[in-house]
Amino acid sequence: MAELGLIHFLILSAALFTVGVVGIFVNRKNIIVILMALELILLSVNINLVAFSVFTGTIQGQIFAMLVLTVAAAEAAVGLAILVVYFRNRRDISVENVDLMKG
Amino acid sequence: MALIAFGLIAAIVILSAVFVIAARNPVHSVLWLILTFFSAAGLFVLIGAEFLAMLLIVVYVGAVAVLFLFVVMMLDVDFVELKEGTLRYWPFALLVGLIFLGELGLVWATSGEISATTFDPSPGGETNAEAIGAVMYTDYLLLFQMAGVILLVAMIGAIVLTLRHRPNVKRQNVGEQTGRRRADAFEMKDPTPGEGI
Repeated sequence: MAELGLIHFLILSAALFTVGVVGIFVNRKNIIVILMALELILLSVNINLVAFSVFTGTIQGQIFAMLVLTVAAAEAAVGLAILVVYFRNRRDISVENVDLMKG
Repeated sequence: MALIAFGLIAAIVILSAVFVIAARNPVHSVLWLILTFFSAAGLFVLIGAEFLAMLLIVVYVGAVAVLFLFVVMMLDVDFVELKEGTLRYWPFALLVGLIFLGELGLVWATSGEISATTFDPSPGGETNAEAIGAVMYTDYLLLFQMAGVILLVAMIGAIVLTLRHRPNVKRQNVGEQTGRRRADAFEMKDPTPGEGI
């Protein structure tokens, strides 16, 4: 029986990234689910970073994973704030009409 | 043993991620997202990155998922209408996903053997959190500070975006309040009895 190795994590991460990309295409009207799919993609990146960090015996990958986590949290906060403002102005959140916002 | 645990948790991660993007109701999507992050934290614990696992739970389950839940529940959107026509996108999306997976597989097939098999979650024999802290506060101090600045900017940005100035709301003006002198507040009169002011 094979041992748990780096390749398992890389396969999982690739699959998770693909699920996120497919999610963006499937839910192209619903921007909330698009943001959630983005979170999935960032999670797959984190899994990659942590797996490389652990299996090469260096700690730097986990620090970069933390920075990715920070940026993901900031992105979610600002994205949802923009979404709330957009909903307040237009009473719906369909992505197709967002270009009406340009001055 | 570790491989079996990995397989189980990885299956949960992928399945719940699929449910995130396929659920009809966005509230269910958020709940599946929470399950995804919990399972990913479990994977991190499995390979000894405990600090990142706890961080994942605190940041994602504690903050981001709750943020998503609040927004989903407070926006009065007809999600059934939004979901209309989604079936039409599935074939195209699956095609894109397959192409993407194929490309990743191609990368894997053409790259050489990865010579990283040492399983050492904390080099040097210290705990995971100690190892992270020893590097983060020395070599990566500037990045750490910049992460703090990013969070501050995001916080201020979110507040500025959503702040609404309503008219007809009484507010406290501290400058005006403390700048008030006795002379503005009242004046002395000397009324004669029986005449009024």
